[in-house]
Amino acid sequence: MMDESRRGFIGKAFGAVAAVGGVASLIAMKKTWDPLPSVMSAGFTTVDVSGLEANKLEIAVWRGKPVFILKYTEDMKPTDGRSVKIGDHYFSVMIGLCTHLGCIPAYRADQHDFKCACHGGEFSADGVHKFGPPPRPLDLPPFKLDGVTLVLGEEGPEYKAMMAKAGGA
Amino acid sequence: MREFKILAVIAALVGITYYGIEPYAHHIMHPEVAPADFSFKTLKNVDTTLAGNVENGKVLVEANCIACHAIDKAGYPAVMPNADAAASYGVVPPDLSSAGRIYDKNYLANFIFDPVTAMHLEGKYTPESGKQFPMPAYNWMSPQEIMDVVAYLQSVSPKVEGTEAHKATFEAACGRCHDMKYAGIEATTPKDNLKTYMGTTPPDLSQYIKSRGEHYLHTFINDPQALLHGTSMPRVGLTEAAQEEVIAYMEEIGDSKKAERESLGLWVMLYTFVFAILAYLWKRKIWSEVH
Amino acid sequence: MAEFKKADSMLEWFDQRLGVVNFAKVMMTEYWIPKNINFLWAMGVLLTVMFTFLVVSGIFLLMYYKPDVNMAFDSVNYTIMQEVAYGWLFRHIHAVGASVVFLVIYIHMFTGIYYGSYKKGREMIWISGMLLFVLFSAEGFSGYMLPWGQMSYWAAYVITEIFGGIPFIGDELVVWIRGNFYVSDSTLTRFFMLHVLLIPLAILGAIVFHFYALRFPHVNNEKGEFFDFDEEAEKYLAGNKKESKVVPFWPVFLSKDFFVLGFFMLFFFYLVFFHYNFAMDPVNFDKADGLKTPAHIYPEWYFLWSYEVLRGFFFEIAGVSGKDLGLIAFGIANAIFFVMPWLDRSPMVKPANQRPYFKYWFWFLMVDLIVLTVYGKLPPTGANAWVGFASSMTFLVLFAALPFITKAEAKKVGGK
Repeated sequence: MMDESRRGFIGKAFGAVAAVGGVASLIAMKKTWDPLPSVMSAGFTTVDVSGLEANKLEIAVWRGKPVFILKYTEDMKPTDGRSVKIGDHYFSVMIGLCTHLGCIPAYRADQHDFKCACHGGEFSADGVHKFGPPPRPLDLPPFKLDGVTLVLGEEGPEYKAMMAKAGGA
Repeated sequence: MREFKILAVIAALVGITYYGIEPYAHHIMHPEVAPADFSFKTLKNVDTTLAGNVENGKVLVEANCIACHAIDKAGYPAVMPNADAAASYGVVPPDLSSAGRIYDKNYLANFIFDPVTAMHLEGKYTPESGKQFPMPAYNWMSPQEIMDVVAYLQSVSPKVEGTEAHKATFEAACGRCHDMKYAGIEATTPKDNLKTYMGTTPPDLSQYIKSRGEHYLHTFINDPQALLHGTSMPRVGLTEAAQEEVIAYMEEIGDSKKAERESLGLWVMLYTFVFAILAYLWKRKIWSEVH
Repeated sequence: MAEFKKADSMLEWFDQRLGVVNFAKVMMTEYWIPKNINFLWAMGVLLTVMFTFLVVSGIFLLMYYKPDVNMAFDSVNYTIMQEVAYGWLFRHIHAVGASVVFLVIYIHMFTGIYYGSYKKGREMIWISGMLLFVLFSAEGFSGYMLPWGQMSYWAAYVITEIFGGIPFIGDELVVWIRGNFYVSDSTLTRFFMLHVLLIPLAILGAIVFHFYALRFPHVNNEKGEFFDFDEEAEKYLAGNKKESKVVPFWPVFLSKDFFVLGFFMLFFFYLVFFHYNFAMDPVNFDKADGLKTPAHIYPEWYFLWSYEVLRGFFFEIAGVSGKDLGLIAFGIANAIFFVMPWLDRSPMVKPANQRPYFKYWFWFLMVDLIVLTVYGKLPPTGANAWVGFASSMTFLVLFAALPFITKAEAKKVGGK
């Protein structure tokens, strides 16, 4: 009787220790798959927007993603919470990946909108989805303004204000 | 008999699916465009029936062309190194040695008269864009004078044949802008200049015979705008023979094992056929005992 | 250790040590297969041969392939395709073989569904087979990334992005799978590892399991007939070969397989040498460029039907976004075949055409899968989007209706 319960206890303890080892190795393996620190901390992209032409899409690259920077013409209306005022001009600054499945929409200058070739999604100039499968507007990258220079990857007050607006809406 | 019926059903299902995802889908995704036109019949500014005078052509070329263009084979070397030429003009001006051989006569005459229309780049060089093609239009020349220049250029073009011609034509027609990495060929115009000049870096052509295929290249090179509206690649005006040489070269570099593949394919299929027949006979023998 | 007698022959020497005589009996000469079968029963052996072709060609490709975003494309398209002697042949066999293996898998799978070979004791054969299907899919997907062409890149991008739809952890999961914010070098190297080691190991294990699962319930036959295999085997061994309902795996069953294999290989090599564009998409001969989307993005043909189920739902229904609906439908489509044995409530094991209701269901499913496959490739614009939606819905409805259809059928035929 004594003997058996002790064997039961030792068996359970052995099982528990083996399980701990198994879980610990799984955690290690999961972490091996994590993005490397160099990848996580990699790069802030800076763009000088002073030289940009209106209604001509500029594509910057930030963390391997295309970032659309579009300077508005006089007759294009800025959208509260999505358009960024830099100097005297309004700009759209957004990640140029369709929110459906990540293709890069093309800018149609004559219609002031974006069209995605993959599944037909359309976005207006400020990045709001207006047709097709995209479930939400184009994402906004974290940015900071430094005069006429845009720093992608840092959260500046303008970005936080825009996020607060998006969260509140 | 029943087995043949089953085979027929499977073949039908696979056939319909194949038709849908290959020929039909490609037909929908890549609609047919007008076939290649190697007479460039929309270009009519110059009467190309006029017989050109080589002697007079030489005089005109010396006065008008060699300030920018080399004609190496006729003894006019390049005015400056490629990098400097690209910096001055945006792109390296072509050596005209083989122009008479590779460019269509009608195209060449009309090109001299008005390059932008001939290249089909009216969309890029609009007055609003403020851009200007580096070579001026020689529309002040008389048709006779233009045909004299054409006749002279044709007279100095060296005759080349075979694989040597394939490479020479490719280099003359494409090599100022495009790399052919798998043949060790780099565009003669430096990359930075090209990017400014074309708006984008022209692609490396090493695998274009595979990615675009002969059929697409055949119409595309003849008139890029027809298949890729808005592209900054000009219509280069190659004769059909010259264009075939270019495509042949792309195949020699991009699909160099084609001949080996096709001949080996026949042998392997012959072997497999023998294998299949013997397998059938063996199966018949074995199954005769159990049926 | 037991005492060993001196062996009189090489065979005896090995038999003493490895029991090869008995092993050969169990695995080959006395492994019994029903006699009333047709060429569809050869698909298993065809798949084994195809898998061998893939492994062997893969080994040679592995000698020259470089899993690095800067070198992968040229190592495949220049080094392997143009420099290595017969490198092009191995690549063609590998690429075309990967495509054709799915054709045979689908034939194998729908043969199983048609003849009811997943029922009454054969559930584990079916499940292990579906497991192989999933593993082959993962193997195909990870391998397609390796040449690092435009289609490699964008298919990888779009498919990994799908995981972003999983609630709460989605976005982080995508980054974790890729090892970066986008498909990059770390993605390529980890998928390389999966493709050449982990998944092939799992496939080998699953193949052994699949074969093992066949031993107890035995292979089904053309009529769905049940009989006593031991009794029939005795008849065969006693010399009543013509009367017996079974034949041994070797040489009788395999002789038929080799005959089917011979003609299949003729078809296969025709594709390898002369008609390979369907498996080696021209777009993939453009080097991957994360900042340039190809005009049309589509997966390989064997994923098209489930891809179409994914994108068939392109609008919001009852407050659930099209993207989420598509993801749910996609999840169902990939899992539903596993539970076939339990969705089919009729105990009848017969070829579909002898089942009064099931036959309609089967052919309806075939048509629907073909429609899904074709529309999965076409651009999803205008009417195409609605055809995609209708056929995706049809797919779900077919499986939702299966238990009721088969229950009604069981009632009609009185449980026979």
